[in-house]
Amino acid sequence: MSETVVSEMETSAGGPAPGAEPTSAAAVSSLAGRKIRMESKRLNFHYGPKQALWDISLQIPEKTVTAFIGPSGCGKSTFLRCLNRMNDIIPDTRVEGDVLLDGNDIYGPGTDIVDLRRRVGMVFQKSNPFPKSIFENVAYGLKINGLASRGEMPERVEKALRRAALWDEVKDRLDASAMGLSGGQQQRLCIARAVAVEPEVLLMDEPCSALDPIATGKVEELIHELQREFTIVIVTHNMQQAARVSEFTAFFMLGRLVEHDRTEKLFTNPGQKITEDYITGRFG
Amino acid sequence: MNRTRRRKAFSGIVVFLCGAAVFLALIPLFFVFGYVIEKGFSSLSWDFFTRMPKPVGEPGGGMANAMVGTVYLIVIAGAFAVPVGVIAGVYLTEYGKKTFGSLVRFTADVLNGVPSIVIGIFAYGLAVLPVKHFSALAGGLALGFMMIPIITRTTEELLNLVPGTLREGALALGATRARAAFSVMVPAALPGIMTGVLVALARIAGETAPLLFTAFNNRYFSTSLVQPISSLPVQIYTYAVSPYEDWHRQAWAGALVLVGFVFVFSVLARVVTRRLERMHRA
Amino acid sequence: MKSPSSRRSADDRGFRLGTGFFALLVVLLVAGIFWELYRTSQLSLAKFGFRFWTGKTWDPVSGEFGALPFIWGTLYSSILAMLISTPIALGIAIYLSELSPRRLRTPLAFLTELLAAVPSIVYGLWGVFVLVPIVRKLQVVTPDWLKKVPLFSGPPLGVGMGAAALILAVMVIPFTSSVAREVLKAVPASQREAAYALGATRWEAIRAALRFGRTGIIGAVILGFGRAVGETMAVTMVIGNNPQIKASLFAPQYTMAAVIANEFTEAADDLYLSALIEIGLVLFVITVFINAISRLLIWSVTREVKAQVPKPTATVAFAAPTGGGQ
Repeated sequence: MSETVVSEMETSAGGPAPGAEPTSAAAVSSLAGRKIRMESKRLNFHYGPKQALWDISLQIPEKTVTAFIGPSGCGKSTFLRCLNRMNDIIPDTRVEGDVLLDGNDIYGPGTDIVDLRRRVGMVFQKSNPFPKSIFENVAYGLKINGLASRGEMPERVEKALRRAALWDEVKDRLDASAMGLSGGQQQRLCIARAVAVEPEVLLMDEPCSALDPIATGKVEELIHELQREFTIVIVTHNMQQAARVSEFTAFFMLGRLVEHDRTEKLFTNPGQKITEDYITGRFG
Repeated sequence: MNRTRRRKAFSGIVVFLCGAAVFLALIPLFFVFGYVIEKGFSSLSWDFFTRMPKPVGEPGGGMANAMVGTVYLIVIAGAFAVPVGVIAGVYLTEYGKKTFGSLVRFTADVLNGVPSIVIGIFAYGLAVLPVKHFSALAGGLALGFMMIPIITRTTEELLNLVPGTLREGALALGATRARAAFSVMVPAALPGIMTGVLVALARIAGETAPLLFTAFNNRYFSTSLVQPISSLPVQIYTYAVSPYEDWHRQAWAGALVLVGFVFVFSVLARVVTRRLERMHRA
Repeated sequence: MKSPSSRRSADDRGFRLGTGFFALLVVLLVAGIFWELYRTSQLSLAKFGFRFWTGKTWDPVSGEFGALPFIWGTLYSSILAMLISTPIALGIAIYLSELSPRRLRTPLAFLTELLAAVPSIVYGLWGVFVLVPIVRKLQVVTPDWLKKVPLFSGPPLGVGMGAAALILAVMVIPFTSSVAREVLKAVPASQREAAYALGATRWEAIRAALRFGRTGIIGAVILGFGRAVGETMAVTMVIGNNPQIKASLFAPQYTMAAVIANEFTEAADDLYLSALIEIGLVLFVITVFINAISRLLIWSVTREVKAQVPKPTATVAFAAPTGGGQ
């Protein structure tokens, strides 16, 4: 497994000079020295004739949380879905540029999409449990990928549910339908389902947008825990959330990456005027 | 890795089989259409449209009376089924959210699945049994009963395509609900409702079973409501099961006319519905 | 004095009741069919009772009526038709909703649904003159050892159970496939995405969608079964019309719908007619039952999903097409 260590120079290479216009890449001085799990290089994305992403170059450091923020329609979710090739299932879409996972191009010819998606897990905006039992939901990924024998299954399911901080709430009703859980529980079940297959990267697409504040708090706490083991990328429209959970934040605008930096830095001392306008709410 | 490859291969096989299923279903379609067109065209003649049937065993003649009879039966059926179906459809769009609306919708769908031959017995009981006489009226009733659920459901569906804002706008201008429905909603959906009616017509135009013992058959030209009347499907049936070569040929010609009719209306309905959908989605 | 608003609400009430009456007619129609068939089959119901459904003899001359062979023929032909059509219909539904290139989808859907537009009598005609001779040829070349198997025994007539099942299968395919497609369409994309995101293959993702919509899919299959049970003309023309209970695909048999179609106008005495109507009554009850179940199953999927999607709020300004100011 190759791990890339990137220097400051490389990061800023290729990105145009900062200006009033949203730019495609931004220097992230503090990334230097961090192990990079995923990286996109000059990624362009098209829905049919419409281009949705422009020249996105971005690095995602290992075992921490990176947040994508930006106004709706800015491309943050689209970019997230490029990272596990989820956009492939949408007809008439086109990708240019590279996305590297551990140094290998996931859009390269040798990539096995099925394996890729196992390694890069995803949690969706709206919880989407299968209409099966709680147990079967968590076991699903393990089963189809042949990652655990029948005998190991209970143990693996328990582990995943514990990681998702759901075990205590559901351990007595593993055979009950997942549809009977509350919204917050369903979302944590989806997280458990995703982590059960031991992905290297976990993508979360606005995982709390359908949840109440208490459930949101639980999921955020969970994200905080999970970053010890997983590389997490979270898309959120809630800036406070990004500030709370992430170490790095990338700000997207009109399909371009405007700024990518340590969260603390981005929120307190943004490098771009437009970022400042957005995070202070002076937008539009 | 090996396992993944196996899973992918299996997935590929299933995908292929699904494609093959489409292909498989199209074989009988082309087969049926091919035969009907080939045999039908070679048997079709001017006489077929203008002449009456010849007596048993005598070659020649046509199905003029059967074609007129089919049109006549359809007119009878439509005369009561269209108003009933359209108004019931309007009710479902305007007030159909509650239990009774669901019940009507449900019954209409169930009625749609009742075999046509059973509807035939019902019409027989209503219009033949009391007078001991087969009649065009009985046949028209049977066909009309079959049309009602189709028209009700298509009308509702197409009215639902019309934006509710149109109704709200009319109500805001002081129109009554009835006025809003019939002066704004129905006209907006009218082309769609018309096609819904045409689809229903096309579907019942080919119905044979409910006519066998209601409209029965008639070798002569008739436009009487109380006399038996000939129809294209029943005539095709009679000829198909007869032992005469010439009648077989005429049956194919009749089938071609019937299929052509159904095909034209199916295409027309599709075009109009799609246009309507696009118009209201924009 | 009535205020304009109370007059308007009275008008609305009138409109509601007026249109509601027509909606009620739809319900009354179904009730009416049942009542009429029940009433006119009294003679047979009273005379034979339950024996009608266990008797194997259908002899109008001696006035002995047993409907078991027709029940058998209807069930056997319909089940055979379902065995043939279900995998094909589901394959079509899956292909059209999940796999087909977008450009092919509409024309292919149209073509498969065209199968449903062909009138039964045309299928029958085609069956008599094309399918039956083919089946007859198949029977002739059937090796002798195979003819010893009950499923393939009998003289080469062409007409019979096999030809009927085949033609029924073709006729039923479009019904099952279009409803199954509707059900799959109602399955949220998030179900497939969830599977894909866990490393599912295409088929595994489709299976997740099928699993989500399984009640509706079952409903689609049952709906097809209901169609097969009630199908009349095409079956009448190819099944051979012989009231016997045989397992053989090559044996001529009879169905409930076919016996009504064939013998109704010949039924000279009241008992005979009443016996035929009783068959119709049972056919009605069975198909209503089947259709009711299938609709409930289908709705349970398509409604539920529809209910989850919030309706877009209306913001479009209104332009009055007619003068509505009075």
